[in-house]
Amino acid sequence: MAKLFSEKTKQVFLGPLSKNNPIAVQVLGICSALAVTANLKPALVMGISVTVIVAFSNVIISLLRNTIPNRIRIIVQLVVVAALVTVVSEFLKAYAYDVSVKLSVYIGLIITNCILMGRLEAFAMANKPWESFVDGLGNGFGYAVILIVVGFFRELFGAGSLLGFRIIPQSFYDAGYMNNGLMMMPPMALIILACIIWWHRSKNKELQE
Amino acid sequence: MDTNKNGYTLIYATVMVIVVALMLAFVSGALKSTQDKNVRLDKKKQILSSLWINTDGQDADALYKKYIVKELVINSKAEVLSEKPGEAFDIDIKKELSKKLEDRRLPIYVANVDGKTKYIITLLGTGLWGPIWGYLALDADKNTIFGTYFSHASETPGLGANITEAPFQQQFVGKHILNDKYEFVSVAVLKVGQTTKTQEKVDAISGGTITSKGVEKMLLTCLGQYNQFFKQTTSGGTN
Repeated sequence: MAKLFSEKTKQVFLGPLSKNNPIAVQVLGICSALAVTANLKPALVMGISVTVIVAFSNVIISLLRNTIPNRIRIIVQLVVVAALVTVVSEFLKAYAYDVSVKLSVYIGLIITNCILMGRLEAFAMANKPWESFVDGLGNGFGYAVILIVVGFFRELFGAGSLLGFRIIPQSFYDAGYMNNGLMMMPPMALIILACIIWWHRSKNKELQE
Repeated sequence: MDTNKNGYTLIYATVMVIVVALMLAFVSGALKSTQDKNVRLDKKKQILSSLWINTDGQDADALYKKYIVKELVINSKAEVLSEKPGEAFDIDIKKELSKKLEDRRLPIYVANVDGKTKYIITLLGTGLWGPIWGYLALDADKNTIFGTYFSHASETPGLGANITEAPFQQQFVGKHILNDKYEFVSVAVLKVGQTTKTQEKVDAISGGTITSKGVEKMLLTCLGQYNQFFKQTTSGGTN
């Protein structure tokens, strides 16, 4: 047990949550972060899907790492990711049809998410399965956290609801309050994201260039 | 073992592809029936939605059985081809639209809402980025619009995508698709302020002009197929 949760593994897990966050610091996976965060629910499902896929593809690649021929290693990584993404997308279609309709093409586009290829190439190819799994979870959560924060603000101010439940009371609307339509558009996701990065860097001085 | 040899690389790639293909085929096969069920259930929800029936968190299958009393297949001469349950439901409207008008098999869902007959017609068209589709419910006079449901694959969020929202769809309620000579004219979707003498109109979505025009064209072509059926109307006129 002590080995499973050593200091190094802890760092591998916690790093991507803050100091080495894939979105806020490495600025990877931006495309999907903009596209699916108009509402909280798809952002949540996207976060979970990416976490599952990055964790398991990390494990698979880590298990195979000594057998993979060097010249086709990127192809092998892609095939593993593509297979996992297809499986996840089939499961969503079977058990969460509404969400899969909403996420439409973006589930398929997880394959091209830079976070996945980045982790596989940089971490899983050189580390043991357990560490790779933890690293995948950490990066997945790091990605999901940002998506959820962006989704939270966009749905709250864009639609006045959270997860479909009305939060801003009707009396506000009667008094002249209006939903901010800009929140629903992709540019606003960029602006919120930029605010998060701003806040994050002001907290972590060592990240400032 | 030398993992850089050509032979090893080839064998590795072949084995990997076969294993992955088998696995995906297995998953897809195992989940196929659940997925098909979802697609059919979703279609029922869409049809019910055109009658303003909210299916959220309810058994859409049971509601569908309760409200939809008959599923008809007719041709462009308004002759009934089939009344068998399920036959109209399985018609692929996209395939029918590519056939000649005389050969098309057109579905009509006959609903009974609070004792009143409604006819539901399937719509399919193109928006700005991709397909748009929907259902349109008519009153028993085959002229007055009772309700609509529109959906889309990839229209611009906040602009064209607003065709799925209630404010746009509610405009259609009570509009007439026939003129006072009982001729089919459909409903126009026009920019705010524009008017037309020959048709009734609803307001287009600002910033979503091409999608709005797509809705107008979809109504014209899809409802147009049922021209003969509408001629059986009991009361015409745009009032």
